[in-house]
Amino acid sequence: MTEAVLSLDGISHRFGPIQVLFDVDFDLRPGEVHALIGENGAGKSTMMKILGGYLAPSEGDVLLEGKPVRFASLRDAEAAGIIMIHQEFNLALQLTVEENIFLGRELWRGPFLDHKAMQAQSRTLLERLNCPLDPREKVSNISVPSRQMVEIAKALGRNARVLIMDEPTAVLTNRETDILLEQIERLRAAGTAILYTSHKLDEVKRIADRVTVLRDGHRVKQADVGQLTEHDMAEAMVGRELSDLFPDKATPQDETVLEVKGLTVPGHIKDASFKLHRGEVLGFAGLVGSGRTELMEGVVGLRPATGSIKVGGKALKPGSVLAAREAGLVYLTEDRKEKGLLLGKSLRENLTLLALDRFTRVAIDSRAEDRALTRAIEEFDIRAGDRRMMAGNLSGGNQQKLLLAKTMLAEPDIVIIDEPTRGIDIGTKQQIYGFISRLAAQGKSVIVISSELPEVIGLASRVVVMASGRIAGEVEGANITEDAILRLAMGLSERRAEAV
Amino acid sequence: MTEATLGAPGRAKLRRLNFHVLGPLLALIVLIILGAMLNPNFLSYGNVTNVLARSAFIGIIAVGMTFVITAGGIDLSVGSMAAFVAGVMILFMNSLIPYLGIGIPLIMAGMGVAIITGFAAGWMNGFLISKVNIEAFIVTLGSMGIYRSLVTWLADGGTLSLDFELRSLYRPVYYDGFLGVSWPIIVFAIVAILGELVMRHTAFGRHCAAIGANEQVARYSAVKVDRARMATYMLLGMLVGVATIMYVPRLGSASGSTGVLWELEAIAAVIIGGTVLKGGYGRVWGTVVGVLILSLIDNILNLASIVSPYLNGAIQGVIVILAVVLQRENKSAD
Repeated sequence: MTEAVLSLDGISHRFGPIQVLFDVDFDLRPGEVHALIGENGAGKSTMMKILGGYLAPSEGDVLLEGKPVRFASLRDAEAAGIIMIHQEFNLALQLTVEENIFLGRELWRGPFLDHKAMQAQSRTLLERLNCPLDPREKVSNISVPSRQMVEIAKALGRNARVLIMDEPTAVLTNRETDILLEQIERLRAAGTAILYTSHKLDEVKRIADRVTVLRDGHRVKQADVGQLTEHDMAEAMVGRELSDLFPDKATPQDETVLEVKGLTVPGHIKDASFKLHRGEVLGFAGLVGSGRTELMEGVVGLRPATGSIKVGGKALKPGSVLAAREAGLVYLTEDRKEKGLLLGKSLRENLTLLALDRFTRVAIDSRAEDRALTRAIEEFDIRAGDRRMMAGNLSGGNQQKLLLAKTMLAEPDIVIIDEPTRGIDIGTKQQIYGFISRLAAQGKSVIVISSELPEVIGLASRVVVMASGRIAGEVEGANITEDAILRLAMGLSERRAEAV
Repeated sequence: MTEATLGAPGRAKLRRLNFHVLGPLLALIVLIILGAMLNPNFLSYGNVTNVLARSAFIGIIAVGMTFVITAGGIDLSVGSMAAFVAGVMILFMNSLIPYLGIGIPLIMAGMGVAIITGFAAGWMNGFLISKVNIEAFIVTLGSMGIYRSLVTWLADGGTLSLDFELRSLYRPVYYDGFLGVSWPIIVFAIVAILGELVMRHTAFGRHCAAIGANEQVARYSAVKVDRARMATYMLLGMLVGVATIMYVPRLGSASGSTGVLWELEAIAAVIIGGTVLKGGYGRVWGTVVGVLILSLIDNILNLASIVSPYLNGAIQGVIVILAVVLQRENKSAD
């Protein structure tokens, strides 16, 4: 057994009065991929920050090759070959790919920057990642997965011995994930120690050598991946038996509550038509970039669109989010940090923003707001340390629950939920699934957009599949299988939707 | 995924209490004590009235500026706008003398013109910023030049003066008061109180903060972003009109040098008061404190002869920078 390159010895950490890590031991060996899993709020981020030199632990030691170290700064940690890739990237958007890769360690020729050499080296690094990006491209112009690749290239360029990756695949498509995992394997073969977090247990199973499970700040399990099934991992994370992830499906009624006909969103969607029934959970599947989000944003008035949208038989005024809301139609964004919540504002202000008029006569009734928050915290099980805290300080899963609560406060009849469980843990996922199915049972109608096929299959009684900005077809009932959806999504099957 | 910050709210709140909430207020109290120690006349009725009345112009404008900045905007044109509004108001009143005669109706008409002109000027800024989508800095930099040049042109390079008789009639609006409190102070107080209520307790105030904090989130939350943003500029323009109504009776004239640098004083007051320059958080009472701090410094330097009054600008500059440094200190705790 090789000796650990980086390890933690009896680490505890507290923020003020709140202890988030309890006496955690951990070791990371050269040439291994070590998965760190746990629910949101279990202490993963804190542990990674301690490993990456961002945070000094309250108690215990960080050992680099057996010797205690204390990194005074990120630069120190980087110099020791420890590099952390954040979920929110650390890239300068206005700089080029090359400038980002070499940021802080530029190559010089005499008094000038040696652009040629830096570009050549960037290209080599990106080629190693199978990522055909032009190093001269501005980062703001490239896609999110490409940015991920740039981050990794940046780390590779710094000769990382230890690579700490915080949910690197959360924003990637399956194909991109494959490329990333291949890269990780290559890095592992070269002797890099890799710490990897993900909520996708199949991925952990596939890539990791060992796995450490955190729950409520305690290390509850550490084992070779071969000894654990995905189910074992999930139960260790949650700390209880997991029953069926998906609740029973409700049977939709006949009444049509939303009818979209010939909707065109310039540049994204061409001639899309679909219907939604009362009490139905309608899934929207498709590859990333197939236009699912753009279609729904067109429907609720967030994007300019032409075509007919009828809610409960009445035509909807186009281009107005407010009109859609008043008609009982709301859209819950996939991007909770940039479009969903005001991270620097309190829970209360976030909760009531969409339905603020319900709390306002001339002035805002802040007592009523407070009561609404109390109800929301209870109903949606939002776990906040302090109800006056900022939304940005909630864990991802709790942010999602707050966003749900905010949306439901508008008392909609039709809810469009885009990626309901992106980046959240399995326990919270189950809660959200239960919530969606209860909505349908109450006679509301729900559209679920998801890139996770099991989610669509498990929740929806009918699935519309999109491909390149068009509706490619739909599957219903027992015909909802991964195979059928994928065939439509890839354009293999030309079965059009029945007359809509 | 942000356990790292779980413990922060408690500490952040403490710190915010220290610097953010109490900072400007403490500074104001220190200034008052300092002033009283340096000159026994400092707290006299005459001096207090003088300071407050002179703060009123900037103060009324700064209240409007608080909304603009909270919603993530900026308006550099308010000083020129005030001069322009004053010029238009004076020309209009002088030219109406033959029709309305010198009396209250004429003054009322003048006030109406001032408010309408200010409102229209603010609408123009707001329209270009939110409908045509030009950066607020650019639009208001442009309109700053336009209004300044227009008033100079109207005055033909000189000074526009209110008819002498009319001026005597209008004078009390600045110099007299109600129960010993002069009118500008009363108007400033009313504007400030209403502003604070609107900012803190209405949907409009909440929407301004939401837009300033994250425009996307506001849009996705069914907030009419363009409309709210335009409203902030229109409100500010209207308040410039109100400030001008109080200003014109003081000197009875307007020229190309009226209201020079008012925009910077107003912005400085807003920032000193704890409103975040990037937007997303604003408080009107802080702005009032900011305005008072700026005018007290001026007043103290004039009354006491320790430091030359010529250094007034330097000291105000230091205070503004200090205020922003304290703001940032608070931010790093998040």
